[in-house]
Amino acid sequence: MKALLSGNEAVARGAYESGVVFASAYPGTPSTEILENVAKYDEIYSEWSPNEKVALDVGIGAAYAGKRVLVAMKHVGLNVAAEALFYSSYTGINGALVIVTADDPGMHSSQNEQDNRHYAKFAKVPMLEPTDSQESKEFVGLGLEISERFDTPVLLRMTTRVCHSMSVVELEERKAAESEPLAYEHNPQKYAMLPAFARLRHPIIEQRLKDLAEYTESFPYNKIEWGDKSLGVVANGVSYQYAREVFPEASFLRLGMSWPMPEGLIREFASKVDKLVVVEELDPFIEEHLKMMGIEVAVGKEYFPILGEFNPRIVREAAYKAGLVDELAEVRKVDVGDLPPRPPVMCAGCPHRPVYYMLKKHGLVVNGDIGCYALAALAPLGTIDTIGCMGASIGVAHGMNKAGFEGRAVATVGDSTFWHAGMPPLLNVIYNKSNTVTVIVDNQTTAMTGHQNHPSTGRTLKGEETARGDFEALARAMGYEEVRTVNPLNLKELEEALTTSLESNKPAVLISRSPCVFLYKERPALHEVDLERCNACGRCFEIGCPAIIRSSEIAEKTGKAKAEINTILCFGCAVCEQVCARKAIHMVEEQ
Amino acid sequence: MKTTNFALVGVGGQGVLLASDILAEVGVQAGLDVKKSEVHGMAQRGGSVLSQIIWGDKVYAPLQGKGDVDYLVSFELLETLRWLEFLKPTGIAIVNEQRLPPLAVSSGGMEYPAQETIERALGQATKEYYVVPALAKAQELGTERATNVVLLGALSRHLDVPEKHWLNVIEERVPKKYVELNRTAFAAGRQL
Repeated sequence: MKALLSGNEAVARGAYESGVVFASAYPGTPSTEILENVAKYDEIYSEWSPNEKVALDVGIGAAYAGKRVLVAMKHVGLNVAAEALFYSSYTGINGALVIVTADDPGMHSSQNEQDNRHYAKFAKVPMLEPTDSQESKEFVGLGLEISERFDTPVLLRMTTRVCHSMSVVELEERKAAESEPLAYEHNPQKYAMLPAFARLRHPIIEQRLKDLAEYTESFPYNKIEWGDKSLGVVANGVSYQYAREVFPEASFLRLGMSWPMPEGLIREFASKVDKLVVVEELDPFIEEHLKMMGIEVAVGKEYFPILGEFNPRIVREAAYKAGLVDELAEVRKVDVGDLPPRPPVMCAGCPHRPVYYMLKKHGLVVNGDIGCYALAALAPLGTIDTIGCMGASIGVAHGMNKAGFEGRAVATVGDSTFWHAGMPPLLNVIYNKSNTVTVIVDNQTTAMTGHQNHPSTGRTLKGEETARGDFEALARAMGYEEVRTVNPLNLKELEEALTTSLESNKPAVLISRSPCVFLYKERPALHEVDLERCNACGRCFEIGCPAIIRSSEIAEKTGKAKAEINTILCFGCAVCEQVCARKAIHMVEEQ
Repeated sequence: MKTTNFALVGVGGQGVLLASDILAEVGVQAGLDVKKSEVHGMAQRGGSVLSQIIWGDKVYAPLQGKGDVDYLVSFELLETLRWLEFLKPTGIAIVNEQRLPPLAVSSGGMEYPAQETIERALGQATKEYYVVPALAKAQELGTERATNVVLLGALSRHLDVPEKHWLNVIEERVPKKYVELNRTAFAAGRQL
């Protein structure tokens, strides 16, 4: 049976078909839907772990126990999990372990566009790179077989386009693993990485890499497709699909297993084509390796961009500039001037909005974190000063406050992000005694990636009831005396709690708790503007709510447009009502 | 290899993604190879949406760039302008007559493009464009949620695919109680 699946759905299907029994992940675009789809199969145990490091440790444990395991994360998640990747490379994994890293060329939803192929080389583990959904499914099975055969974790590198584009997949039945996984045996020389034991493992890993280098020559998706031999294209991942379109006549060497590289195959290909080019998104990973092998790369990164995501047009333009193609289709220039942008915005009624409005009002330096609330860095709020990585807000704020500067830094971090990476830096603030106020903006879900459960939602990935993590109790257990919880939709309460926390001049935790608007079944109450009272002062526009729009009525004194509320968008949070000095905004009376 | 390239554009919440699911599935039912591409994540929060569908005997790339699109189906006038350069000079634009001012216009200082700017830009991009009252038609049928299917109806006139494939997929993809409404919406779109 055929089905149209996204790459992420196909990875989940691949896990099911190839006998995976255990899967773990932390949500992160573009990888999130992998575990969401795995969770639909009752044959597979699956969990959201609090972060990628934990997800990988958990997966490694399951693989030590002899099982077939899938762990998934976005590219920067592998930074968090890197330490686990490196030790598991040394210990090997007994069962089978495939680690999905979903890279994000173009940074559709990420803080950088790092190229995780470097991790394969760095950690001395094999890497597979599918080019579409069918391969995404098959590569899970191939990866598990490689993992079993060579006793190694296997990286499966997806990119946003492979994760989120849909293509036709042939569905098959679930089959048991071809070779029975090994039972776990006590073997500290293999699994306990004391220096003396790790020294014994290192030569084994080097030999494994040599064995893999031999295997990669016959990996079914490292293959030459002969065409016109005047041009030879080496490509990986989705770049292969773009290059196929741009160079329909050329010969191709596609690298489905990009580490270790099939040097024999590469030499054979290079020796038979007149001109060799490398088409790869992001870093010149293949190109540099070819050059190191002494192979002449006629066109590489000096034409095909390092920056951003490719599409066929970008590849064709680069090829045209490099003299590889003669024609470039016309793009009609249209004269539209500066178009108003339509960036993502915080939803109407979002409980993050009043927090960032209040922090801005108090003139604080605000260290932000990863989540929807990062949108508070954009106009009109423009509150956030810094955003780095998961959990960075708290450490950075502590550092700024401790070093001393003209201002006061406040950390703001979401609930899921706090559980992910907020605990050690929160402990550091109290341990090393800074006056940092940490605001946990708790909207009771992992909102940005599509509302996943986390350790304080009281539910698991599978929706089962479980314990609820308690921020207040945790902060007190760390030694915090200044711990407050407020409803941010009450501006007076929010401001009092913030001011008291700041004035204490002690380490403080302020929990701003109000659910994400997506968690409501119906919206509380609509609001409207009394145009008689509104004097167009513009204060309500400063909160940046998409439901507050300029009306057609102009105030005589100022010549500015009065406000109006779009009742389709209004959620009824009443923050604008509290901001309005003229009391011109009020709830719509029930009809 | 000849492919037929579609770009569906609009604003989050307008039903662009459902329409692109239907269009992709129609290609599959017509016996073609199909790829489809859209961006998730941050773009979902009320941002502009671009979904691309490619039909062909064999499809390689899951998306296309500027100057490569045969059919631009736009759910909103401003978004039309944003993606107009994706259209081939020989391409066809089908545009829903609807304005959704973004925050920069509704509460900021920017102006929504004037009607004449929109018409001029469409004329510069292609000889063949249709600004259709899909929203009005859907409202007439009882719900603006059917705008996407009205637009698919309007698109279907230009494609050599039997109508039964469209109706089959609509029946599969739409909740049962809305099937009849959406069949009517599709038929209405074909008349626009």
